[in-house]
Amino acid sequence: MSVVSGRPAIELRAVARYFGERTALRDVSVTVATGATLAVLGRNGAGKTTLLRILASLLRPHEGEVHLLGEPVPARAHLVRGQLGLLGHEPLLYRDLSGRENLQYHARLHRIEPERVEEVLAAVQMERRASDPVRLLSRGMTQRLAVARAVLHRPRLLLLDEPRANLDPAASVLIEPLIGRDSGCTRVLTSHDPRAALAEADVVLALKDGRPAFVGDPAQFGEEQLGALYA
Amino acid sequence: MRTAVIVLRKDLRLEMRTWETVPAMVLFAIVTFVIFHFGLNRTTIDGQLAAGVLVVTLLFAAMLGVNRLFVAEREQGGFDAFLLAPVDRTALLVAKASALFVFLVVLEVVAVPAFGLFLLGPSLGHALPGLILLLALANLALSVIGTFVSAIAVHTRARDLIGPMLGLPLLVPALIATARGAGPLLAASHASSTPPGKWLLILALYDVVFGLIAYAVFDFLLEE
Repeated sequence: MSVVSGRPAIELRAVARYFGERTALRDVSVTVATGATLAVLGRNGAGKTTLLRILASLLRPHEGEVHLLGEPVPARAHLVRGQLGLLGHEPLLYRDLSGRENLQYHARLHRIEPERVEEVLAAVQMERRASDPVRLLSRGMTQRLAVARAVLHRPRLLLLDEPRANLDPAASVLIEPLIGRDSGCTRVLTSHDPRAALAEADVVLALKDGRPAFVGDPAQFGEEQLGALYA
Repeated sequence: MRTAVIVLRKDLRLEMRTWETVPAMVLFAIVTFVIFHFGLNRTTIDGQLAAGVLVVTLLFAAMLGVNRLFVAEREQGGFDAFLLAPVDRTALLVAKASALFVFLVVLEVVAVPAFGLFLLGPSLGHALPGLILLLALANLALSVIGTFVSAIAVHTRARDLIGPMLGLPLLVPALIATARGAGPLLAASHASSTPPGKWLLILALYDVVFGLIAYAVFDFLLEE
């Protein structure tokens, strides 16, 4: 296990999760320092999304311990929920509401000042289409809105599941200050592009069939191991 | 309460934008009255029969609303978004039950006069104040139980089946109390303009008991 120096924002100890008889995660232990980036790698179905949902306190682990921002989860998850930003496969936006209405709804739930909505809309360059229903937007535009939704409440911990999916290169650059390294957040990142994820990572967790195949420094995770992981 | 109002406003806005639930409930009720009209082979009905027809129709129409109550939350990620917010989770119960209550009121504003026009023998006028009181208590029961079972059903594959299968048996006491309370109001003799106090009391008690049960366990229903 590799630990980036500093106060840990995430601590997982022997975490396991089952769906019926299927093991989705087992013996997952990793520590991530505040402000660091954890890249979670693995093939489809390796357990990446399950891990992110446990970290988001949307799924209970069946075994092991999870500490987020110093609090045990799910026991004291209510203390950290407002500090998590989740960008998953679904944009978590209502299709029949406009982008602005969606963000205003989230701002009210998180008790965020209304001005912040316009701020994040501008940051993802969606001001002009902000009044259109989400169902009329392209996938890329919807993803930009989803990024705006995820960072609206200024989270300390970002959980990013394929954050650049559906985005063109210009849009990927556009969202970089919000969810990239410079965001200042602790990040957990999965990506369809493992090399890009490795380049951003301070810690790597490689999952194979729900079990850790490698946990540690990305510099020690070579091409051979990467090839074996995706073989 | 503040969170419940935020979610309720969003739900009402979504319904006014899509009109996916209330028109279906209203249309179902009107069509059912027409079917009863021909099925019973009666021009008019009154008394306990009229009360039964009205209450059963409203109950089944309500089930359409119950089945759709959490659809947007499930299909568009509203559950996750809500659960990630630093809010009291039972606010979702209050908001959804309130939204269903509003849908039922809109349904009844259309369906009850239509029932009076198409099926009911005696005039509705004298019975209306008592019927409003009775239906308000029945709506509360439908809203609480409907939200409760909808939250259970939404996580299952057969959610369209689970909602009515769980909800209808639980609602039988409320159905009995509403129908028995409405019987004297809809009698041809205009015997009474207020529902019997016993049935009002039973409905009120039912509302309180199931409201408390739903409040106590709702948080656990949201867990995956």
